[in-house]
Amino acid sequence: MVRLASRLHFYIPVLLAFTLWEAASQAGLIDESVFPSLSSVLVGFVRLLTNNNLLMHAGISIFRQMSGFLLAAGIGIAAGILMATSGWARFAIEPIIRLTYPLPKSALIPLFILWLGIGDASKIGAIFLGALLPVVLSTYNSARGVNVALVWSAWSLGTPRWQVPWKVVLPAAMPEIVSGLRISLALSFTLLVSAEFLISQEGLGYLISQLGENGDYPGMFAAVLAVTVIGVAADRSFLALGNRVLRWTEQ
Amino acid sequence: MAFLEIQDVRKSYVTGQGEPFIAVDGIDLTIEQGEFISLVGPSGCGKSTLLHMIGGFVPCTEGAIRVDGVAVQQPGPDRGIVFQHFALFPWKTVRGNVEYGLVERGMPRAERRQTAQRFIDMVGLSGFEDSFPSRLSGGMQQRVAIARMLACEPSILLMDEPFGALDAQTRKIMQEELRALWHQFGKTVVFVTHDVREAVFLSQRVVVMSTRPGRIKAIVETGLGPGASRALIDEKADKLWDMLRDEVVRAMAAERSKA
Ligand SMILES: Nc1ncnc2c1ncn2[C@@H]1O[C@H](COP(=O)(O)OP(=O)(O)O)[C@@H](O)[C@H]1O
Ligand SMILES: [Mg+2]
Repeated sequence: MVRLASRLHFYIPVLLAFTLWEAASQAGLIDESVFPSLSSVLVGFVRLLTNNNLLMHAGISIFRQMSGFLLAAGIGIAAGILMATSGWARFAIEPIIRLTYPLPKSALIPLFILWLGIGDASKIGAIFLGALLPVVLSTYNSARGVNVALVWSAWSLGTPRWQVPWKVVLPAAMPEIVSGLRISLALSFTLLVSAEFLISQEGLGYLISQLGENGDYPGMFAAVLAVTVIGVAADRSFLALGNRVLRWTEQ
Repeated sequence: MAFLEIQDVRKSYVTGQGEPFIAVDGIDLTIEQGEFISLVGPSGCGKSTLLHMIGGFVPCTEGAIRVDGVAVQQPGPDRGIVFQHFALFPWKTVRGNVEYGLVERGMPRAERRQTAQRFIDMVGLSGFEDSFPSRLSGGMQQRVAIARMLACEPSILLMDEPFGALDAQTRKIMQEELRALWHQFGKTVVFVTHDVREAVFLSQRVVVMSTRPGRIKAIVETGLGPGASRALIDEKADKLWDMLRDEVVRAMAAERSKA
């Protein structure tokens, strides 16, 4: 009961903003032609569901985002742990990571389209690359700082050296890995929509740009709302999962 | 042949400036099976370094360490270690920590549970099996570390200032409990401390080390039985402290001149 109350509490400012938005529209304070009212956006949402196959587009987008993100998570964690535990891996990977870190990954979307076509693969590729570095860096930085006494304890309790990376280093680094993953998750949505804006025949990014071109602003707003809701839901779910995995960090 | 032989051991590190730095030198020590021996000395004299070499975590630069005649090459479950800051696996519960070494040994689940429970009970942590270390006090965490080590049934216990991070009262209790455990099991213990009274209270022999490079300055037999009076322990500790005091002062002066 208290938890429910505190959850509602969290959303009060959002509801307030929505109310203000609608009230301002009704009072004629904002220009309906470029900033549609909340009620017309909601009507647009229902229209998207029934006429524009919103669920199909959302499904495709989620598939692309999840594929790219999970790929980045798996490969990024492995690369980060490898870099922290092997001098050779560090030698080979670190300069590349450091130098490509400042590059805005969206700049590479056209290249991915050139290489992988306009379908799912180019989108997944762009999301993967964009989401990869925060995972690698957060994993590497925390894995590198793992207390050597933990590693030695494992050795003396019979863990062979080659098993230490996943039996000790990975779990010990998990709190920072989870923070890195959360940043990557947010980035994965940014790249998803950017990639779908640029060239695509389906997906929410495509829907937003198409509705915008056709001047259906309530519909466009509704599609933006759909991306937001999906992004928020993903972030909240990730947070809940992260808290479960990191139960041991609670004081 | 002694049980644990440390023969003319030297350890040098390469400093940041690329010069060799001798941490410990000329360490010759033999330790009998079932003996409780302490290492005391000013901080930086190489007590931990020596313990780590016995553990096989770092190699000796020169000399050799042998357990039962076999040269130490790497860490192994025959030598358990406890660190000052516990070094528990924070993502594992108390039970998970104590079972860790048993899992590595391939012990079947039911037997593992039972064995772990025995050691958890022994260190007085019944009821905390499912707690994570972050929920426990320092004293309790160190009990978990001791149980985790004992569960693997090592023949040598290496303890590096295990009670150094605990408050004075907890430390006293832990000292008494460790002594009782040692009387019960008769394991070989190499115990590092900077507390001479702790060393006298617990051990049969105390190795006094000098600094820069760390060498053995003296080896003192405490000659105290389990029923030794407080006055006798204090007297021995005072004598030991007189021996150590010069070393500590010299080490502090060296630190100052370096700074
Ligand atoms: N990995 C290392 N690299 C360089 N110097 C080290 C290393 N480990 C310890 N030392 C140095 O060796 C000396 C002995 O350290 P240590 O064994 O930790 O002393 P103690 O445990 O007696 O306080 C110290 O001067 C310390 O700085
Ligand atoms: Mg030390």
